[in-house]
Amino acid sequence: MTTTEIETRERLAPGPASSSVLWEYAPSLEATDHVKIASRYNLFIGGKFVEPHSKKWFETLNPATEDRLAEVADADAHDVDRAVKAARNAYEKVWRKISRSERAKYIFRIARLIQEKSRYLAVAETMNGGKPIKESRDVDIPLAAAHFFYYAGWADKLEYAFPNRNVAPVGVAGQVIPWNFPLLMAAWKIAPALAGGNTVVLKPAETTPITALMLAEIFQEAELPPGVVNIITGAGATGAALVSHADVDKVAFTGSTEVGKRIQRALAGTKKRLTLELGGKAPNIVFEDAPLDQAVEGIINGIYFNQGHVCCAGSRLLVQESVAEPITRKLRERIATLRVGNPLDKNTDVGAINSRAQLEKIQELVACGVDEGAEIFQSSCALPARGYWFAPTFFTGVSQSSRIAQEEIFGPVLSVLTFRTPEEALEKANNTPYGLSAGVWTEKGSRILKMAQKLRAGVVWANTYNKFDPTSPFGGFKESGFGREGGVHGLGPYVVLS
Amino acid sequence: MSESLITHSTSGFSPARFRRTVAEALELDHGVDAVALEERAASLAKRSLKKDAKVWGLKLAVSMIDLTTLEGKDTRGKVVALCNKAIRPDPSDPSVPHVAAVCVYPTMVAFVKQALRGTNINVAAVATGFPSGQTFTSIKVQETRETVALGADEIDMVIDRGAFLSGDYQKVFDEIAEVKEACGPAHLKVILETGELANYDQVRRASLIAMYAGADFIKTSTGKVTTNATLPVTLAMFEAIRDFHHVTGKKIGMKPAGGISNAKLALAYLVLLYETLGPEWMTPDLFRLGASSLLNDILMQLRKERTGAYQSGDYFTLD
Repeated sequence: MTTTEIETRERLAPGPASSSVLWEYAPSLEATDHVKIASRYNLFIGGKFVEPHSKKWFETLNPATEDRLAEVADADAHDVDRAVKAARNAYEKVWRKISRSERAKYIFRIARLIQEKSRYLAVAETMNGGKPIKESRDVDIPLAAAHFFYYAGWADKLEYAFPNRNVAPVGVAGQVIPWNFPLLMAAWKIAPALAGGNTVVLKPAETTPITALMLAEIFQEAELPPGVVNIITGAGATGAALVSHADVDKVAFTGSTEVGKRIQRALAGTKKRLTLELGGKAPNIVFEDAPLDQAVEGIINGIYFNQGHVCCAGSRLLVQESVAEPITRKLRERIATLRVGNPLDKNTDVGAINSRAQLEKIQELVACGVDEGAEIFQSSCALPARGYWFAPTFFTGVSQSSRIAQEEIFGPVLSVLTFRTPEEALEKANNTPYGLSAGVWTEKGSRILKMAQKLRAGVVWANTYNKFDPTSPFGGFKESGFGREGGVHGLGPYVVLS
Repeated sequence: MSESLITHSTSGFSPARFRRTVAEALELDHGVDAVALEERAASLAKRSLKKDAKVWGLKLAVSMIDLTTLEGKDTRGKVVALCNKAIRPDPSDPSVPHVAAVCVYPTMVAFVKQALRGTNINVAAVATGFPSGQTFTSIKVQETRETVALGADEIDMVIDRGAFLSGDYQKVFDEIAEVKEACGPAHLKVILETGELANYDQVRRASLIAMYAGADFIKTSTGKVTTNATLPVTLAMFEAIRDFHHVTGKKIGMKPAGGISNAKLALAYLVLLYETLGPEWMTPDLFRLGASSLLNDILMQLRKERTGAYQSGDYFTLD
């Protein structure tokens, strides 16, 4: 060895950092100190926060920690009546009278305020609902703002939405929304109602009222005339009192099929208009000529997005037998990389289950799947000790008759079934009481078109899944409900045409 | 030739045993959906790396760099200076590792070999009519032999894109196989020049052909065309590597090159690697970053993590 060689070696920096080990991403937590959640929230009626007649409040939790976030008012029938009266008053005296462009101005203002407070709202949504911050930050809040922007655009152009017709508002809308996309569902409901010239009483879900109440604060800041939107909190009884209130002209509900049926029964024989957006058991169909790696991503996104708390989740994977082996192998590898944990960590892919009740329902159905003989694969990820958690799971060897292939689980649980021909895929896909959405994965364009024509589902995604846009109508067939939200179709339920 | 690479190439893998046919390569071929692929790459690029995880990743990235100069005006002086940078990237911080290899044109190999003597940094050389590849196979083979004879540990060859785009996959395959043979003990990286392959379906197909023909690494780009390495192209190639590994049991390396000029992007590539091929691929034996200006940006970030303040460019050597 020459002298220079020795010198070179002495100068040599060390070898590579130790490799082939797990790369622990340090926690990257979204800051929460800027978010002010009040210790108690009252009812938002007539533009003010007022104490409930019941003088009762109930706790709302952070499902990731089981810590108490705030207490919110429990509205009784008397409170519902007050809210409906405020909405009726605002409708008759202000909202139906002002010009359409004036209404548009308010809706635009709300949209901009949501954008300005997007970080704040995203953190609150994650803390109250358990969904990963990357989803509330990148999906829920931007889409909520987009819905207000979109319908603000229609508010003064209703005669173009319904050419050659006279367009008038319906009146007071009673709206009840679920806990899976709290602020986004409020936007889906409120924006078209306001654009059509209606006033609103909205009840957010019992477990996730915080962002709806923050939206009420935004209405105050936007100087929306008092009573145009009223927000009342409570459990099932509050919702029942709202939808059956005699002075409500239009009811919109998003939630379970069971409650949807109850509402429809309660409204039978009344003049009230009704739209229902209910459950689903969507088929995600993968053909052998699919882009396999992207299909796997689509399957993952279809079922594990928002912990599977999605009415249009692709919870039944129908995979052509010839590619069942590579698809299930890739799925096994992929669920191992899903990062489950603190929803406030920017690197978290799967957050907390929304409530203990929901967790118990998921556990029950999964146990049933095991009993029925399906093979279970579960991510071996570590789950936090406190809070409500369920590891991403899928079942193979599931048959059509299994409960886990029939019932909506509303959790991070996928059932994998196989098929041999496109006809069989269609038959199995449509063989369900539901019909909200479906996915088709194939590189063959003509097959996509044929499947889309024959699938009995309100939304069909081709080579993608869970894509939402305010311009696109969304809604179900069969027991998934009726009526459409989003797009020009979404205005229909909120206007009277003559 | 570094110890680790020798061990790697002799344990269980002989090119002849693994060399297969175009038909076998195409059996693994399927479409790649551009929208979904780009979406996945973009979502991984949003991972937020902080503190220890960031420093660990940045140091690993340094150790994976093929520090490159490929210019007509390259001289002995230029490449020797680059070698010194490669040996000790940041003289003020002994914890920063050396790079994986220095990548040059064949005529510079002897100078690099001498400058890196006594280190385990590899000498990599581009060959086979780089960057266009528009020359005769016999000349490509001859160029490879001579370059290896001068001491190159790694050969970065370009595929015949003309043949590939006209559908003559057999020609592409045979040429890679011949160059691989000419490499002898040297490792072969096969550059697909993805910027000229038009779409991800073709990238996947070219990746499979290269791996079945005997590539030890597949590499995106020469750095000489408008579009160089991108995250989605790299993801599509990772997926091809994963499928090839499943079928053959052989681990192929990956080298995105060109346009990777800052630390944040380098970390995004590592995240993509980690969450697609997994921890086993997190080594310079199986992943490289072809870059020149990247190194100083990483050094700047590392010093910021160490001292809490950004230093101006004047505090990092330009070689």
